[in-house]
Amino acid sequence: MSANATHASWTRKDFISIEELSVAEIEQVFAVTAAFKRTLVRTHKKVPALRGKTIVNLFLEPSTRTRVAFEMAAKLLSADVISLDMAASSTTKGETLRDTAQNIQALNADMIVIRHAAAGSPGYLSRLLRVPVINAGDGAHEHPTQAMLDCFTLRERLGDLSGRKITILGDILFSRVARSNIWALTKLGAEVTLVGPSTLVPHWFTEFGVKVSHDLRSALADAQAVMLLRIQHERQTSSHFPSLGEYTSMFGLNKTRAAWLHPDAIIMHPGPINRGVEIDSQLADSDRSVILEQVTNGIAVRMAVLYLCAGGSPEAVATPDAPSI
Amino acid sequence: MSHILWIKNGRVIDPASGRDAVGDVFAVDGRFTATLDTPQRDSARIIDAAGLVVCPGLVDIHVHLREPGQTHKETIQTGSWAAAAGGFTTIVCMPNTSPPADNPGTIQLIQDAIKREAVVRVYPTGCITVGQKGQALAGIGSLKRAGCVAITDDGLCVQDNELMRRALEYAGMFGLPVMDHCQDESLTRGSVMHEGIVSTRLGLRGWPAAAEDIIVSRDVVLSTHTGAHVHLQHMSSGTAVEIVRRAKLRNVRVTCEATPHHIALTDDAAGTYDTNFKMNPPLRTEADRRAIIDGLKDGTIDCLATDHAPHTDYEKDKEFDYAPFGIVGLETALPVSLDVLHRQEGMSLLDVLALFTCKAARILNLDAGTLAVGAPADVAIFDPEEKWTMSATTSLSKSLNSPWIGRELVGRVRHTIVGGRIVYDQGRIRAD
Repeated sequence: MSANATHASWTRKDFISIEELSVAEIEQVFAVTAAFKRTLVRTHKKVPALRGKTIVNLFLEPSTRTRVAFEMAAKLLSADVISLDMAASSTTKGETLRDTAQNIQALNADMIVIRHAAAGSPGYLSRLLRVPVINAGDGAHEHPTQAMLDCFTLRERLGDLSGRKITILGDILFSRVARSNIWALTKLGAEVTLVGPSTLVPHWFTEFGVKVSHDLRSALADAQAVMLLRIQHERQTSSHFPSLGEYTSMFGLNKTRAAWLHPDAIIMHPGPINRGVEIDSQLADSDRSVILEQVTNGIAVRMAVLYLCAGGSPEAVATPDAPSI
Repeated sequence: MSHILWIKNGRVIDPASGRDAVGDVFAVDGRFTATLDTPQRDSARIIDAAGLVVCPGLVDIHVHLREPGQTHKETIQTGSWAAAAGGFTTIVCMPNTSPPADNPGTIQLIQDAIKREAVVRVYPTGCITVGQKGQALAGIGSLKRAGCVAITDDGLCVQDNELMRRALEYAGMFGLPVMDHCQDESLTRGSVMHEGIVSTRLGLRGWPAAAEDIIVSRDVVLSTHTGAHVHLQHMSSGTAVEIVRRAKLRNVRVTCEATPHHIALTDDAAGTYDTNFKMNPPLRTEADRRAIIDGLKDGTIDCLATDHAPHTDYEKDKEFDYAPFGIVGLETALPVSLDVLHRQEGMSLLDVLALFTCKAARILNLDAGTLAVGAPADVAIFDPEEKWTMSATTSLSKSLNSPWIGRELVGRVRHTIVGGRIVYDQGRIRAD
């Protein structure tokens, strides 16, 4: 944990995108995440940090693990949580997002966590609302807490990411996870390679300071981690690749291809996995896979983000015993 | 009793004749005259235009007035007010109303409203296809007879090449230009902004310039084949400009327009998901912007047009994906164009004003855009140096979806005169 990171105060009301974060802010989130992760192994996991606060999870797009992780994180911080999904939302009756969110604020919510299919929605709400807005994924724009948990997991496994070769494989074009990870990994000094079919990994991604490849072997060669992405049928037109079978035959990660990675390389996936499409089932369950560690770290990361945006002090959780949380 | 107007001491710029000199402009009974005799001078209404530019009333051949059907956004009356405030005396309204203007009855409804409420000259267009569905030709001859000056499915693009071919052939018989909104819809499903580095960063569905280039190419080919006049609306792609440039070298009967926003802005402007930068076609790259400007300079692009597209605040105030395309432009077109083309690019005032007057009028054979003796006495008088800020309180359009709201502009219309009568006078519409 960097001393400088924890001594700086957290000044953001909202948590919208990795692109806008400084390296120091990313380090702050990591430091607080590490502290909360220690609380997760206690007998009594719950801490009183957000007691009396009400957090509303406004999930206007299907989600399981992200929503549960945010709910669990809020509850472990002793906050009251209300989760709304598409079916329960007045947006299905034609209410605008502005009105829905302003009503939730008027109902005295202290924070809104939003998942939305339209890119830019959390930023739009953050400008409208007094209360903090946390982005739980907006269209193909960003999924900042996923990137934080991915990088936190990488740091636990690999240490300093500077100069490490990380390959992101799959549907980059439609992936908010890829965008957030590109920003986070490049800020942390990693060498990022994107690989996949040219229709899903357009060449202009190189403008973000990453390499683009359509050759799986060279992209995986000596990579210390490979992040797989789900093939998102729902976001693609039918012409992006011929078939799932062809995708798997050309870009699916199997045992043979995994051997091209660095010997100690880890395999990551934000889930949900399409077993047998992006990755062989056995490989997903192998020792090299950290997929479930990512899920666990997702709770600690979201605790950190909720805590910081609620005004929590990074210093208060800096000690190993975290007495004040 | 004659209605006599004497505009004195202005810098008179008439692109149609090449005149650019300090002088006077005279009108009697709604038409320009060479001079006034002494009794006429004694009874003339005098406007002192010292220090101001006096030019033909501006002509905009691409405006959405939303009537009938969407009068919560704009009406023929409020749209004509906004036009007058922007120095426009002649505007051409698009037929993508509700219902679409695809028959003489709807055109008559529009003509009645124009006669009743408009303060500037408004010419309707009719649809190319029934209901703008792109499936069957509308009654183009009847639309011409009802007063349409062109046909277009603007807002949509006829995807069927055979149907477009027949539309050109059939409309050509009546001497009606076919205006086309160039968009290959198979390339733009779900697209909301230009496809490129900005859309990639924002995670928004990209709209490739190729979607425009393909239809522009098709229309050039069909115009070549049929000999009919096709007018390409709101050019946004550098490649499309080059396609037109080459077509014109072969004397293909193709004309085209560009909007002030496509010469002033690029896709970078959408970087904060501000829906006032969401338009169709989308703002494109700096290279495209430069190509549009170069096309205006060398005559490849024939004129400027606003594509004035009003939407209410509550329609625009939402997620970028869900907001409608388009911005209003009548009141800001002149200062924005002067800023880009005159001050930044060094084009003469006369050349810039030509794009909004005689060149625009010529495309649709409109009796407008000149100070020639005998022509309708339509005049815009503006201060090219006056700084002002467009605001919700001063705008005369019913909608305020403009990226220039709250921004300082240079160049402001003082008076707009239609048929020798002042209809806009320093911020106010005059009914007399």
